[in-house]
Amino acid sequence: MNAIFKRLIKAEEPLDVSRRGLLVGAVVSGGALLVGCAPTPKDLAGPLSFGAEKPLASAFGAFIRIAPDGWVTVLNKHQEMGQGNHAGLAAIVCEELDADWDKVKVEFAPANAKLYANTLLGLQLTGGSTAINNSWDQLRIAGAAAKSMLLQAAAKRWNVGAGELTARNGIVTHAASGRTAGYGDLVADAGQIPPPQAPTLKDPKTFTLIGTDRVRRKDSVGKSNGTARYTQDVHLPDMLTAMVAHPKKFGATVAGFDDSQARKVPGVVDVIKIPTGVAVIAQTTYAARKGREALVVSWNEDKAEKRSSDQILADYKVLAAGKGDPNVKLQTFQTAGDPSGAFNGALFETTYDFPYLAHASMEAMNCVAQVKGLHTQLTYGSQGQTLDQINVATTVGTLPGMVDIETLPAGGSFGRRSTLKSEYVVECAHIAKHVGGKPLKLVWTREDDMTGGVYRPMVHHALAIKLGADGYPAAWRHRIVTQSIMAGSPLGGGFDTSTAEGVQGSPYLAATPVVDAGAYSPVFPVPIGWWRSVGATHTAFVMEHTIDQLARQAGKDPVDYRRALYAKAKADAHLAVLNLAMEKAGNAPLPAGWARGVAVHQCFGTTVAQVAEVTLKDGVPHVGRVVCAVDCGVAIAPDQIAAQMEGGVCYGLSAALYGAITLKDGEVQETNFDRYRVLRMNEAPTVETYIVPSGAHPTGIGEPGTPPIAPAVANALLVLTGKPTTSLPFVKA
Amino acid sequence: MATTLTINGQAHTVQADPDTPLLWVLRDELMMTGTKYGCGIAQCGACTVHLDGTAVRSCQTPIGVVGASKITTIEGLGGDHPLQTAWVQHDVPQCGYCQSGQIMSAAALLASKPHPTDDDIDTAMTGNICRCGTYQRIRAAIKTAAGATA
Repeated sequence: MNAIFKRLIKAEEPLDVSRRGLLVGAVVSGGALLVGCAPTPKDLAGPLSFGAEKPLASAFGAFIRIAPDGWVTVLNKHQEMGQGNHAGLAAIVCEELDADWDKVKVEFAPANAKLYANTLLGLQLTGGSTAINNSWDQLRIAGAAAKSMLLQAAAKRWNVGAGELTARNGIVTHAASGRTAGYGDLVADAGQIPPPQAPTLKDPKTFTLIGTDRVRRKDSVGKSNGTARYTQDVHLPDMLTAMVAHPKKFGATVAGFDDSQARKVPGVVDVIKIPTGVAVIAQTTYAARKGREALVVSWNEDKAEKRSSDQILADYKVLAAGKGDPNVKLQTFQTAGDPSGAFNGALFETTYDFPYLAHASMEAMNCVAQVKGLHTQLTYGSQGQTLDQINVATTVGTLPGMVDIETLPAGGSFGRRSTLKSEYVVECAHIAKHVGGKPLKLVWTREDDMTGGVYRPMVHHALAIKLGADGYPAAWRHRIVTQSIMAGSPLGGGFDTSTAEGVQGSPYLAATPVVDAGAYSPVFPVPIGWWRSVGATHTAFVMEHTIDQLARQAGKDPVDYRRALYAKAKADAHLAVLNLAMEKAGNAPLPAGWARGVAVHQCFGTTVAQVAEVTLKDGVPHVGRVVCAVDCGVAIAPDQIAAQMEGGVCYGLSAALYGAITLKDGEVQETNFDRYRVLRMNEAPTVETYIVPSGAHPTGIGEPGTPPIAPAVANALLVLTGKPTTSLPFVKA
Repeated sequence: MATTLTINGQAHTVQADPDTPLLWVLRDELMMTGTKYGCGIAQCGACTVHLDGTAVRSCQTPIGVVGASKITTIEGLGGDHPLQTAWVQHDVPQCGYCQSGQIMSAAALLASKPHPTDDDIDTAMTGNICRCGTYQRIRAAIKTAAGATA
């Protein structure tokens, strides 16, 4: 498998647009036309093409299917876990194809890295807010190529020049003769036309769908009447359901177990030991649960993590001071100027502490697997098909190309379903191997989900800043201590920028003459992963809350202070969103006891400013209104951009107010929503979204709404109370 | 043992222990999967159904206590309930997993208070968690539906 990973790592190098050559191909079959654009890293799919070459899930291959009834199906290579990418992806195709928006639908693409790799990541994987960003060119070209072929087919049929034809709403018209033909009627003929190698794309000024409020979700009906099908809803003939008893301490293993009572529970079929614990296999979910309750397991905790959160944090502080475990080396990630003497004299010094966070998506982890000989079928809300294929192939003893995935919508994820080791998918495959080819559904309960990782890591920041005579930072020392998500993984190697993104590359550091910034990443068994906006979950707080404190120290207005630093750093996008947010928020006096706080952060290429209106209710921050200004390049689906700002604010605010996974002697204390409190209806702010007009390549929107809200609230509290916030959550348990 | 339940106007006889939560009977025995498992301890509301018109958490409702009470699930709203229309109009769902429960809580609210205030909405809906943070649109959709039924 190492060779496979090495090849994937090679393919993972980000591709710039000029390298991203696009191969357009069309195949005809069954009266449908499909136009596809494949990414170029030639050996990308090498490891996955072992085993039989599979026909494409649709008759025609990659991204667009047009049926004889005129319906256009867009194949989505990304996961749709709520972020609304399918609306934007469908709109890109529909715009260039000039299809009828009301006859466009979206399906998940099959797992196939050769056709469906995220070319920014090198794998079929949804992450880094890249779905729209990575499909913009691909789908525009695919849509334009298909339209060209349809026009040529009509021209041939009517014996007229293609230039005499127009296409609109799925209909080709020859104005001179008044003849018309629907796309469905033309599709068989169009499939015979060689696809254009470089189809002409529309001038964005002529877009009629993109950027309008007509771009709406395609899945709201099914998600409002109970028919949307999630992993938890999969029922297959002869399917069994399993739950697994996991250890309470991370890194513990099964020492022994007594299943005599579990096997007596009606409906329980089998009890087996697997690498992650003991699995109870049953006819139904409830029987599996009852069986697991009757199971007695003893654990070997020799190698388990036994520290409490307090101790881990204390160890972090020692590391940050440069006095910790010498094996944990300082990794310097940004320097500027000459630090010698630059930090003499009075310094602004502060630290910030952030707890572990659970994603706590509404649908807890689950997966359906069927292992039949060398072939494995997976049915679930995959967020990382290629890694899941590789990891499951290793588990069941086959090749990645023999692992098929039917991707279902995830009931939330926020990064949880995308992990380097695919651990819950692999767990499901381990159990499925034992059930004689029957389909097997693995169900994690809420408690399994909350206590089983994978968490946003605990983080400690320590800062020492020297202000110059002008009141702006002259020297900035920054230390971050946190586990690295990538460390120790086959895709790791080098500095894990996700630990520092947001500090690294900050306009404030760019405007500071002397910078000394580094990170320590100790390695221990608490499982961590990507959590909506990843590094920005803590770096945005640190940078934005620090800036307000520095402005106060310098006796300057925090918004003007930012403007000056953005000008110095040439951070035009930051300045634009800040100005727009300030303009829309207005400066009307707030009622007594209320204050505004501002924060600006750029991540995944998208820049967001938020102005939060905050008060304290019984000592707890309450946010009434949040004004967001966003620059995400071309705004394809404005209503979904607004939806992601609304959702991102709630997700970030929920964590900021209450979110904390705490370890006591290595065991997670929060097991369900009673102790892991999340934002509810009565606490949700009113969110307004304003978009900076842009013609730039579109960037993502799923994550960038989350980071600014916590520092915006902290900055408002600073106004209200005069006290900075040095640890989250705001409300301690 | 055999238990007969009246669900969406139809009688269903199931073989299950009386302590089995209604949620798992709906989902695993009757394959009515619109009602979701979220937390299992009545904290999130994803499993909300109506028992004689009152919103209850089916994860904490053993079938043995249901008796002759009429159960209504998301499937029983029919798809054209004013709330469902409003949900689509506002594009409320994101991941969508909690929305069956949200709509069932809102339907019970509107049945008892056709023109709810913001405080009424908070009271009725605070038991339903949405991790995607669609609360603002849920509130707007409830108001739209309330207007439509006026």
